[in-house]
Amino acid sequence: MTTPLIELRDIEKHFGSVIALAGVSLSVLPGECHCLLGDNGAGKSTFIKTMSGVHMPTHGEILVEGRKTVFDSPRDAMEAGIATVYQDLAMIPLMSVTRNFWMGREPQKRVGPFKFIDFDKANSVTMEEMAKMGIHLREPAQAVGTLSGGERQTVAISRAVYFGAKVLILDEPTSALGVRQTSNVLATIAKVREKGIGVVFITHNVRHAMAVGDRFTVLNRGKTLGTALRGEITAEELQDMMAGGRELADLAEVLGGTV
Amino acid sequence: MSVEADRNPESSPQQAARDERVREISPVRKALIRPELGAICGTILVFVFFLAVARDSGMFSADGALNWTVVSAQFAVLAVGACLLMIAGEFDLSVGSMIGFSGIVIAITSVTWGWPVWAGILTAFALALALGWLNGYLVIRTGLPSFIVTLAFLYILRGLTIFASIATTRKTIIGGVREAAEGDWLAPLFGGKILNGLFVTLADWGWIGKLRNGNPVVDGIPMLVVWALVLIVAGHLLLTRTRFGNWIFASGGDAQAARYVGVPVNRVKIAMFMLTAFCATVFATCQVIEFGSAAADRGLLKEFEAIISVVIGGALLTGGYGSVIGAALGALIFGVVQQGLFFAGVESSLFRVFLGVILLMAVILNTYIRRMITGER
Repeated sequence: MTTPLIELRDIEKHFGSVIALAGVSLSVLPGECHCLLGDNGAGKSTFIKTMSGVHMPTHGEILVEGRKTVFDSPRDAMEAGIATVYQDLAMIPLMSVTRNFWMGREPQKRVGPFKFIDFDKANSVTMEEMAKMGIHLREPAQAVGTLSGGERQTVAISRAVYFGAKVLILDEPTSALGVRQTSNVLATIAKVREKGIGVVFITHNVRHAMAVGDRFTVLNRGKTLGTALRGEITAEELQDMMAGGRELADLAEVLGGTV
Repeated sequence: MSVEADRNPESSPQQAARDERVREISPVRKALIRPELGAICGTILVFVFFLAVARDSGMFSADGALNWTVVSAQFAVLAVGACLLMIAGEFDLSVGSMIGFSGIVIAITSVTWGWPVWAGILTAFALALALGWLNGYLVIRTGLPSFIVTLAFLYILRGLTIFASIATTRKTIIGGVREAAEGDWLAPLFGGKILNGLFVTLADWGWIGKLRNGNPVVDGIPMLVVWALVLIVAGHLLLTRTRFGNWIFASGGDAQAARYVGVPVNRVKIAMFMLTAFCATVFATCQVIEFGSAAADRGLLKEFEAIISVVIGGALLTGGYGSVIGAALGALIFGVVQQGLFFAGVESSLFRVFLGVILLMAVILNTYIRRMITGER
């Protein structure tokens, strides 16, 4: 069996008297899309923040490519190749695509005693990377604000991939998107997976998860209800596990279909 | 941002695969969505207007032109700092008080205490930078709006300045700086003039007028104008061409998103507060050396004039968007109109009416431009 890119074992996280996570385990293999499902308040956010170095776990351990690791800051996690794309904080709308893409890591060239941004390189790389993801920009100086929500997610994803992410954590990338845009983002996830990058896809939409997921982990009230392989589980079962089952099933009967 | 648009070799191969739903943007519309647009139009308008009404008043003769150039340069020096700070997402309302403070520091150290003027100037800069740092540090640490923090400093600094002036000299105006500055090596960098020879030659050729004593009506470019030009060019390059400039945009655009990708937002903002204080001190020093005196009430309302220049120049009050060139043009409009109304013989109180109107127009235009950029409805 291949070594997981990242493995989290029995992660517990307490905030004062609140137990946000009570022993969650999850691993991400190269080239897989691991879906993390859970209703609001299930602990998804706390868990990915632990994975991306924002929170230190109270108990449990994190292994990066088999080695035990402690992340002191998001910077540590980034350097270990763990990149997180947040739903709405990924991009700055007033800035150009190029400026967003390179933000924090601008390529520089020396002109006399000064260092300026190498816009030729920055622009051409941006166009190239975006084209790989199937987005053809009018021009790299176009403001991100002119892009659709799905395209913005894609810029953020291709940025993470270009800068060497091994594990890509996507925080509800599809929750605010329309049907067409969602399928674009799911297609992007598929492309990223082909490169051997492990994807952690957080969502509460079972259908989106079933579309691209290889493995599924459901979080409910800070606990994991186990990890299932693709084909071992149906969408209805996932839905039930997420919602705690019964009430929703009753509701489904009343409504005459699946919720 | 538009600078990158000027040359992008990569866009041509993409033509074929273009998304049919993306409308072609006309060059006119593209030119429209520059932050400086409003200021460029305003500048043209203002010059056309005054060429029409005040041509014979001497406004466009050499000495008349120098008159509004100097006034514009004063606004521009302050506007560069205020512009970069506003793009980084913050305000500084203590600029005016900082001008009074720095001036009094130079006068007290050099005249009352008898230090060499260069030491006084360096002390003023050191104190101003420290205060700028403190402004920024408090804004970052407390998380309060910079509006409130710097409003507090507006009062604190003004009060301290008047107190220090009265406590040391029992006056609020301290003179004698010019005499103290005789032969000083640093003072001419702020109070001197350059290109004297050029103007003498121009006068000999009869291109510009001569005074009765044979000197040209304009005997050089004041250092304040040179400072303004240097600050504008340096500020523009810093903002549009460097990594730090990108961080300025990012810090003002969305500080949290910038932090997530490793931009040192706090450092950027504090540096911009220090730059604003630096610009205020440049202004104060030029004024003190030129007038030969410092007054504790100097710089009143300058913070608002700087902010107005910046807004006319197309910067958004919410940060993340703007242009140093625009702010400089805003300062030019400001200076030309203020002096032009005087040349045209218009009642000077109307200047404020004009200012209010143009400010309102600029903000409305900016809001519209932002909608075009971000595609919001």
